[in-house]
Amino acid sequence: MSPGRREFLKLGAAAAASTALCPYPVFARGAAPKVVVIGGGFAGASCARALRTIDPAIAVTLVEPNPTFTACPFSNNVVAGLRELSAQQFTYEHVAAAGITLAGTSATAVDAAARSVTLADGARLPYDRLVMAPGIDIRWGALPGYDEAASASMPHAWRAGEQTLRLRRQLEAMPDGGVVVISAPANPFRCPPGPYERASLIAHFLKTRKPRSKLIVLDAKDVFSKQRLFQQAWAELYPGLLEWVPVSRGGAVTAVDPTTRTFVTDFGRHKADVANVIPPQKAGRIAEVAGVADRSGWCPIDPVTFESRLEPRIHVIGDAAIAGAMPKSAFAANSQAKTCAVVVARLLTGAAPSDPKLINTCYSLIAPDYGISVAGVYEPSGGQLAEVKGAGGVSPAGAPRETRAAEAVLAEAWFRTITAEVFG
Amino acid sequence: MGRLLVAAIGVASIAATASAEPPAGAVSCSGCHATSARVTTPVPRLLGVDQAAIVKAMQEFRSGQRPGTVMDRIAKGFTDDEIRAIAAWYAGQR
Repeated sequence: MSPGRREFLKLGAAAAASTALCPYPVFARGAAPKVVVIGGGFAGASCARALRTIDPAIAVTLVEPNPTFTACPFSNNVVAGLRELSAQQFTYEHVAAAGITLAGTSATAVDAAARSVTLADGARLPYDRLVMAPGIDIRWGALPGYDEAASASMPHAWRAGEQTLRLRRQLEAMPDGGVVVISAPANPFRCPPGPYERASLIAHFLKTRKPRSKLIVLDAKDVFSKQRLFQQAWAELYPGLLEWVPVSRGGAVTAVDPTTRTFVTDFGRHKADVANVIPPQKAGRIAEVAGVADRSGWCPIDPVTFESRLEPRIHVIGDAAIAGAMPKSAFAANSQAKTCAVVVARLLTGAAPSDPKLINTCYSLIAPDYGISVAGVYEPSGGQLAEVKGAGGVSPAGAPRETRAAEAVLAEAWFRTITAEVFG
Repeated sequence: MGRLLVAAIGVASIAATASAEPPAGAVSCSGCHATSARVTTPVPRLLGVDQAAIVKAMQEFRSGQRPGTVMDRIAKGFTDDEIRAIAAWYAGQR
């Protein structure tokens, strides 16, 4: 089979043969247990591969319509012209080679009672356990004026791909002396330090390429991830270039006008030459369709099993999940995915789950050679995934530039490592 | 001494079930510690590494004896028992 070609299930026959059975526990009847994973990102692809590694007897199907995955971590480097989008892109060739069946189409419905997933082509996939890793969707219209059409003139670039390139092209085309405006949303959203890393790298781009320009960050918050480290570095690297406006000083954007690239706040209007709206978000749409998203738009889960609190036998991992203190990051998604795979494999054999322990590490770049990080260790506590006290935290304040340079190197090494594990 | 003895017993008991289910926390390490030999990284690999070496490194990161960039912060989230179990599991992996 050639690279990048998707292996499709012979769905009709497979579905017809197995929906009638679906015994539980499956092993009792000698049939291979079936796990369907929806979403081929850091969470979904990691979980599918971990399931195969833990128990090769499990039949794993990964439902993902895109033949290529485009990673968000390091996409801010693409925006700032420091990296090409192709370095962010991975195929599912090795995922398929690991013995995972790829269903190269979208899931359109989930029947939790019948334990089956319906695909866009009408086929149905039965499952013993379903893992949902649908990532995020934009809440179009939640910010007045910001609909899908508006993302052409005011790109969000918060799902990597064409949007990333669009924002980059607009920055490249902007005359020196222009004004770039980024709006950052209220919590929760994908990649909490992401808006500030983006602001940093765009500031680096402007400083080196268009030094008479200005960057304004309009924020719906007063506090954000790694804030002290970002602000110290901004004062050092980008004085007078980057202005952060917190909510308490009028940073909350109440509407946008895509025809004039204008951000409206309670305190005034900001007309931008390049406008990046990081909009309010929710769990990927299929979560809502499946009934695993609550009124917040995100998915409540059990912190031991990652099982949905709303529908049995459906596990939710990654950005879509309400994972307590764990941030919506690729590292967290990967950690949850592998932990969830261990639990799902246990549950399929009828064994009881044991308390997990999870880790997150997130690097951010403030300049190509200036990295900072936040780390955390998590365990179930009080019905949530809580941070283990006394552990974790951010890079030391006031560290020498060699430390920042070392963390920038580690950031890239992390990206190579995690993408090799998931897609390599 | 006592610690070494416990570590040795840990190795012996885990060796029989080297491919067994990973203990709590173990699967998260490979986010940074590559399992593939093809990845270029300054971060050391853990597969097949001696259990005692991993235990020692973790305990030194935790106490601050060994300087780290993120491992000093992460090690503080793990107990001695957890560290020993994770180290034994990695020692048994290939």
